[in-house]
Amino acid sequence: MDLDLTDSELAFRAEAREWLSAHVPRTPLPSMDTAEGFVAHQAWEKQLCDARWSVVSWPRELGGREASLVEWVIFEEEYYRAGAPGRVSQNGIFLLAPIIFDHGTPEQQQRFLPTMASGEKVWAQAWSEPEAGSDLASLRSSATRVDGGWRLSGQKTWSSRAALAHWGFGLFRSDPSAERHAGLTYFLFPLDADGITVRPIAQLDGEAGFAEVFFDDVFVPDSDVLGAPGDGWRVAMSTAGNERGLSLRSPGRFCAAADRLVSLYAATPAPSGAAADAVVDAWVKARAYRLYTWGTVTRLAAGGDMGTAGSVNKVFWSELDVALHETALDLLGPEAEVESAWTDGYLFSLSGPIYAGTNEIQRNIVAERILGLPKEPRR
Amino acid sequence: MRFTHTAEQADFARTLESLLSGADTVTAARAWAAGDHAPGLALWSKLADTGVTALLVPERADGLAASPVELVIAMEAIGRHCVPGPWVETLAFLTPLLSSVGSADDTLAEVAAGEVLLTVAAGPHVPHALDADVASAFRLLDSRTLHTARVGAALSSIDTTRRLFTVVPDREIAEVPTDAVLAAFDLAVLANAAQLLGAGERVLADSVAYVKQRKQFGREIGSYQAIKHQLADVRIALDFARPLIDGAALTPGTIDVSAARIAAADAAHLAARVGLQVHGAIGYTAEFDLSLWILKIRALVAAWGTQSFHRARVLQALGAA
Repeated sequence: MDLDLTDSELAFRAEAREWLSAHVPRTPLPSMDTAEGFVAHQAWEKQLCDARWSVVSWPRELGGREASLVEWVIFEEEYYRAGAPGRVSQNGIFLLAPIIFDHGTPEQQQRFLPTMASGEKVWAQAWSEPEAGSDLASLRSSATRVDGGWRLSGQKTWSSRAALAHWGFGLFRSDPSAERHAGLTYFLFPLDADGITVRPIAQLDGEAGFAEVFFDDVFVPDSDVLGAPGDGWRVAMSTAGNERGLSLRSPGRFCAAADRLVSLYAATPAPSGAAADAVVDAWVKARAYRLYTWGTVTRLAAGGDMGTAGSVNKVFWSELDVALHETALDLLGPEAEVESAWTDGYLFSLSGPIYAGTNEIQRNIVAERILGLPKEPRR
Repeated sequence: MRFTHTAEQADFARTLESLLSGADTVTAARAWAAGDHAPGLALWSKLADTGVTALLVPERADGLAASPVELVIAMEAIGRHCVPGPWVETLAFLTPLLSSVGSADDTLAEVAAGEVLLTVAAGPHVPHALDADVASAFRLLDSRTLHTARVGAALSSIDTTRRLFTVVPDREIAEVPTDAVLAAFDLAVLANAAQLLGAGERVLADSVAYVKQRKQFGREIGSYQAIKHQLADVRIALDFARPLIDGAALTPGTIDVSAARIAAADAAHLAARVGLQVHGAIGYTAEFDLSLWILKIRALVAAWGTQSFHRARVLQALGAA
């Protein structure tokens, strides 16, 4: 058992740290959910891509460095340590790209991945529907077979980034006689296609971080179906695992936030004992998350898979994120309500226990698939 | 970077698990609580035969000079099976402490062979000596002077398998360097954390087994989300305490061991509270074996530094106190 990095991993860390310290914008970019901020974040993605830092784990010919899992975690640690901008392309590079690598045709890989890596095309997810949230398999948006492709109808909602993004991905019911997980197909579609209407929804922070997407007989060619028709649930579940697990919430994010919290505590005059305990607990949990991730990386490198560990992970980091920001606001006292990086982070943290499968759904998964408890009777 | 047990370490864990799961440790623990040490001492011997008591003993005293990773593996197994005895005191505190003074190799060789048990009172965090009626007792004064000790009055622990005694200092053995005392204390904290992790894992496992078979309102109570979610939270808390313990075993400094202990004690305490709750009244009986772990966890959470003490240590180490 060891946590030692090789010389080449240490060199990789040094290179990432040096590049980031030279290039991370000194003043924060405007919110990526505003028109101005969206463009600024796209430009940042282009800058990352030109230096081969946007998708480090991808093949070289697609803009990556073929970084190992260990190197990917190192890069993420350095990225957050440097206080670099949020990734406007994260739905694409972290959620969709792994699926395109696994299930996409070579033509799809060539057509979609390079522009995703450069930030030229930003992707939005389109999972939930008004009547299909936690119970995603009850979704009703439909796909009807037509000559050369499909026609999509229905409504998606809570689509992250959809207000400003270029393309979307999501599941549609392609076999009206099939129920729940069967008869679903995974589609990719440009958000400016004829028949698509995007209606932005202001989030708690007032920015349009997600949107409703209406589909009125939208034509999608066969070449934009991901995986086999009818196989959409299986294809999509690999993204759900990614979102819950390693990729979306790298440990670097929490370690960097915990370090900032410790600094805030040290700068706070006469903090309470309760605040001191909460600061320590946040720091300890961020460290636990980091070490847990190294354990996961070890298992994956040995050929294992994430399995249901993503659910354990997701509950932990999302609750840590809320607690960490609550603690910061407590330390700020009466100044806490004044907008700051802490209030921004706090509002964002509140979404964590809800998205990517609510924490209640995750606890069901932990209880049923890890502890082996009996399923609750469902109709 | 390979943050998992080596094949040898995994083998060691399996050996201990198979030995202890077939050894009726609960009967030994209950006998120990009643003052009959024989079954517990037999367990001590069996574990010594696998090398447990020799782990941190230097090679010059016939020890294995193993790493804290092996110590953690052994302590987790001891916690999981509720093995009675002064394990933390002997293995993790006095063994490194006596190794540092250099003049106690004979005692260490006896420890390695499993022939002698050691215990200590080292206030303020360890005011009483555990199992001093069956172990050679020591007293650490002013965090630096190690004495042998005479056994005084018996005290009742909330965990009756932990027999506590007041001790008074007798003959001075050595002045121990401050850093050696701190290093031994940190290893004891790590061992205590691992013991708590093992106890928490056991309570969770027994609770899961119970709620799968107990039926109310016509179905297993484990099918209700009110039960499931509590047990899921225990699983999650234990899963994130473990890597802190393993990480601290690799670099057993103050901040690492205190962080591990904070997480392990919180996780084990949650396991005990939830475990008792999902068992209901049967869990509240002395006769049902769950009580052994519930009480041990509460006792261990206060041993080798309170949670407040460890949180303060972390804050200080971060430069924020």
